[in-house]
Amino acid sequence: MNYKSWEKIFSILSILALLIVLLFLFSIALKLFLDGMHRIFELKFYTSFPSRFPEEAGILSALVGTLYVMAGAIFWSVVLGVPAGIYLEEFGKKGKIARLIEANISNLSAVPSIIYGLLALGIFVYRFDFGESILTAGLTLGLLMLPVIVVTTRESLRRIPRAIREGAYALGATNYELVFHHLLPYSLGGILTGVIIAISRAIGETAPLLTIGALTFIAFLPPPPWENFIEMLKSPFTVLPIQMFNWVSRPQEAFHKNAAAAGFVLLVVCLLLNSVSFYLRYKLRKKYHW
Amino acid sequence: MRIEYKKKIDYLFKGFLLLTGLISILVTIAIVIVLIDDTVNFFIHPEGGGFPTSVIRFFSETEWTPTFVNKKIGIWPLLCGTFLIAFIAMAISIPLGLLIAVYLSEFAPHSLRESVKPWLDFLEAVPTVVYGYFALLGVTPILQWIFRFFGIEVQGMNALSPGIVLGVMILPFTASLVEDSLRGVPQYLREAAYSLGATKLQTAFQVVIPAARSGILAAYLLGASRAIGETMVVAIAAGMYPNLTLNPLEPVQTITGYIVQVALGDLPFGSFEYLSIFAAGFMLFIVTLFFNLLALYFKSKMERY
Repeated sequence: MNYKSWEKIFSILSILALLIVLLFLFSIALKLFLDGMHRIFELKFYTSFPSRFPEEAGILSALVGTLYVMAGAIFWSVVLGVPAGIYLEEFGKKGKIARLIEANISNLSAVPSIIYGLLALGIFVYRFDFGESILTAGLTLGLLMLPVIVVTTRESLRRIPRAIREGAYALGATNYELVFHHLLPYSLGGILTGVIIAISRAIGETAPLLTIGALTFIAFLPPPPWENFIEMLKSPFTVLPIQMFNWVSRPQEAFHKNAAAAGFVLLVVCLLLNSVSFYLRYKLRKKYHW
Repeated sequence: MRIEYKKKIDYLFKGFLLLTGLISILVTIAIVIVLIDDTVNFFIHPEGGGFPTSVIRFFSETEWTPTFVNKKIGIWPLLCGTFLIAFIAMAISIPLGLLIAVYLSEFAPHSLRESVKPWLDFLEAVPTVVYGYFALLGVTPILQWIFRFFGIEVQGMNALSPGIVLGVMILPFTASLVEDSLRGVPQYLREAAYSLGATKLQTAFQVVIPAARSGILAAYLLGASRAIGETMVVAIAAGMYPNLTLNPLEPVQTITGYIVQVALGDLPFGSFEYLSIFAAGFMLFIVTLFFNLLALYFKSKMERY
């Protein structure tokens, strides 16, 4: 056999492998859609609480819980992650501390997410006594998102040319003026992309929230934050993936249909978030030409 | 604003930035302290037999039943389940991932690369609980159907199905890391090979892959570490029965699966069951840390051209 045909065989094999992987993705979506079809198009599914009766159970409390928890997670990860990224990229570059932080962050991103759950259970739930609350969940997911945010912040800062910094310093700008007037505005799009990617990962994260003891049977909504912020933070919660896990692990098939519908909703949200970040990245490439 | 004020604000600002950076270190320290603290508590807990006995039992017993009345605390069934599933996942992920990465980096036209990449990214973003659902209700029935032809009954919970799903799940991650290290191989090495009359395939497998081997190895070690630490797929589809077996058709329990199982119940703080998930978690942390550090070591050995 000559080398051309070997090459052809290799290409066919590789494309087959790619197709298998993409087919896998496609069949997951199809399976969820077909199994959960009856519930997905039912308005009641989105407006009712979990229930003993599969036909009446819905994801209202899970949707609202996801919203609150993710708001907390975004807050913590941005407030802690973006400044840390700025420090590492701009100010601490060659120092020992910066290198330590850097190695540490790359290690943290490889720690299994369930370990974060144990950390949250041991520290936030029991030692700090936050309980199994929205506050704990937000903090936990925030820490989980932190490495992604730090890394993308650094990457988008790196794309800004030195001339900008030198120009600002030459005009007498202080460090914070440089950061707030120049670096942050120019890198905002990149940071936003990173935040959205981090959200799309964290929104499907189940393990760390299971460990801190998220309840699955929540038949009430947490008080809205503008009425009682503290109560809201202390309120027990459930989120979409946990609700889905609960339904999958029940033996009755009717609950599996609910799980499929919840999974499909989750999948669509993730797909949307990913497309937005993809679009943003594309727009960004066009916006700045250094 | 006066210049002194500006200087003061600048110091504060830099201090704040440093502080947020240090929080990440604080998180690591907190993880280690919590895990070690409660693991020590686990080993000195009277229900485990007190300090020296409990450690010996941890490594010598062959059953793991800290939640039963008759408590056995041998870690091996959990480790065995964890590695069995990770092994299946890697057996799927290594050949497929290498094929895809080599093809995308060396052979595929640019347009195909650009159109496939977003889908692989998306595959990585699919929530793990969704993969778990698919393993339990999609892959397992298919496996049962296939194995029935050979007259083998596959149980509803088994190690094979989550292993396969995990393999595909970590594939985009490993494939993109492998691809990165393949692309790091400089063009002149390929051109030298071509000029000696090597075909494209020979160049890819005898020049490019050997040149990038440290990076490829690091990628697979990180992939293995992910497969070991993955929780939801195995918690849903692998079963809840700690089983010291190498048979992939039997239900097994992984370390992560055990943590989920116990956490689902209501645990009193400081009880033996509560402490046992920290001991198991500490084991998991050590194993994944070992893989991550090994990956880091190989990455640092990567040739720089």
